[in-house]
Amino acid sequence: MSEEPILAVEGLTIDIPMAQGTLHAVRGIDFELNRGETLCIVGESGSGKSLTSLAVMGLLPKRLECTARKLAFCGTELQGLPPSAMRQLRGNRMAMIFQEPMTSLNPAYTIGDQLAEALLLHRRVGKAEARTRAVELLGKVGITAAESRLSQYPHQLSGGLRQRVMIAMALMCEPELVIADEPTTALDVTIQAQILRLLVDLQREMNMAMILVTHDLGVVARVADKVAVMYAGEVVEQGTAREIFENPSHPYTQGLLRCIPVPGRTKPGEHLGSIPGIVPSLIGKVEGCAFRTRCDLAESACAKPIPIHETEGGHSWRCIHSHMDRMPA
Amino acid sequence: MLTFALKRLGLAVLVALTVSAVSFSLLYLSGDPASAMAGETATSADIESIRTLYGFDRPFLVQYADWLFNALQGDFGQSYYFKLPVSQLIADRLSITMLLGVCGISFALVTAIPLGVAAAVRPNSFIDRTALFISVMGQAMPSFWFGLVLIVIFSIQLNWLPPSGSGGWKNFIMPTVVLGYYAMPAIMRLTRAGMLEVLNADYIRTARAKGAGEWRVMFKHALRNAVVPVVSLAAVQMGFMLGGSIVVESIFALHGAGYLAWESIGRNDLPTVQALILVFAGFYIVFTFLSDLANAWLDPRIRVG
Repeated sequence: MSEEPILAVEGLTIDIPMAQGTLHAVRGIDFELNRGETLCIVGESGSGKSLTSLAVMGLLPKRLECTARKLAFCGTELQGLPPSAMRQLRGNRMAMIFQEPMTSLNPAYTIGDQLAEALLLHRRVGKAEARTRAVELLGKVGITAAESRLSQYPHQLSGGLRQRVMIAMALMCEPELVIADEPTTALDVTIQAQILRLLVDLQREMNMAMILVTHDLGVVARVADKVAVMYAGEVVEQGTAREIFENPSHPYTQGLLRCIPVPGRTKPGEHLGSIPGIVPSLIGKVEGCAFRTRCDLAESACAKPIPIHETEGGHSWRCIHSHMDRMPA
Repeated sequence: MLTFALKRLGLAVLVALTVSAVSFSLLYLSGDPASAMAGETATSADIESIRTLYGFDRPFLVQYADWLFNALQGDFGQSYYFKLPVSQLIADRLSITMLLGVCGISFALVTAIPLGVAAAVRPNSFIDRTALFISVMGQAMPSFWFGLVLIVIFSIQLNWLPPSGSGGWKNFIMPTVVLGYYAMPAIMRLTRAGMLEVLNADYIRTARAKGAGEWRVMFKHALRNAVVPVVSLAAVQMGFMLGGSIVVESIFALHGAGYLAWESIGRNDLPTVQALILVFAGFYIVFTFLSDLANAWLDPRIRVG
């Protein structure tokens, strides 16, 4: 690929200093994202997916220690960028949609005010122009009577509407990269599908790159170009969506896939899979494979540094077992 | 918003009526007003003539209605002691008290809010500790002592400021500082606590994600949400300053309304005391009403209630 990737992350590490020692929340992860692509980061709570997305936006709390060999947006290294330069990127060329629409809008200002602010911070436009743009985007995210919504306050809107407003706000400046951190988790199931559909349509229409953080593999199957599976602060497997779903290679990914019912293949009354055990503590030094305590295939070698297997198609996984070892005979 | 304002206004009027009834009945709480006025050596004939002269022989409700009707027109009767219209007496004194109160609360707000914000932005830092130290000092020091210390330093030692009187703006500097410093700690601590809570809110992260700068995040997005309880507190303190700055007024010999109230209680000058109670209560009611309006403007969720 000759084109510069929108986002290139290498060796991203996030440590949280705690009273009991250092919590290694994210431990050296790599991924890349090209223009127009959707990367889904999958993993259970505490696997470091949200921290990773905050790190890209430069929004991590200051007490966390974040380092990376490379954290580049369109070729610009973000680490060590002065705060003012980072601010010019945030909300402008990269934007974020958060998990909690109920609390992510400022209760003291109108929808119109908050939408317009996103544009006014980055573009030399008048208030009237910003309002016009706000109406346009509210229309795009499927909000009817957009004009009259501008003077409403967040508490007058439902959760689904608020998340639509959040999406509109993120898109005000037509960003090249959108990070959506579990954007549908807090919503009703019926609304979830709508919001997801909307995100994907807008992403295609505006040709944005998108990182979708989720723990819902059903969502991943529908929208992802690439998938990164995170477990205990590491990317244990990543590749194209097709590779991950058809040829899962890490025992954790395989376990996750057994947990979801497949229409036509899962028989009524049949037990779905589950992964026994809990995520290990990441406080102090973590060695070897963090999944070995829950893994059926664990061996003594799992306590040593784990090799990364990689295929030509960019499918990689972090396990002592190579793909071939475990292929059913 | 208009319905909200009208509801609050209606409540304010009810409170004012209640206070007026209470302050009027004060007249009878301290025993028979006629014999109290006549003094210990008066004969029963003297007491009777005073009773008819001042209208104490009429039914209570008639007296109240009469008094309230006059009071609404600004006529609070004659001061027993000064033999002057109470309204004129109060008007002279009130300007000093109001000036002092406005200066005092302004001083408190101007120092407390920036300090509270700074302390919340960097909790447990040097700034936070300093702010805590300043506020504990303010809370712990009695006003009369602080006032005297200021007089010793700035009037006697340095000879910069006049120690007493109400002649010019220089007379108001020390009283303003003493009165304001007394109100400042509570406002500062409340601002700090509010800001600490708000700064953790999701919408603050949203503001940062939009690319808003730190000042914009602090003062546009955070402070407006954090300051709602501060407004209510400041309103109460403002009412307190306009009515209760007796200590400060006496130390600096500023003959304001608080000092007048204190004197009048000692002289059994009931019309003056009644009028002052009503005026002070009126301040509380007006400021509470204004703070309700201010809060509704600050936080749209309040407007519904």
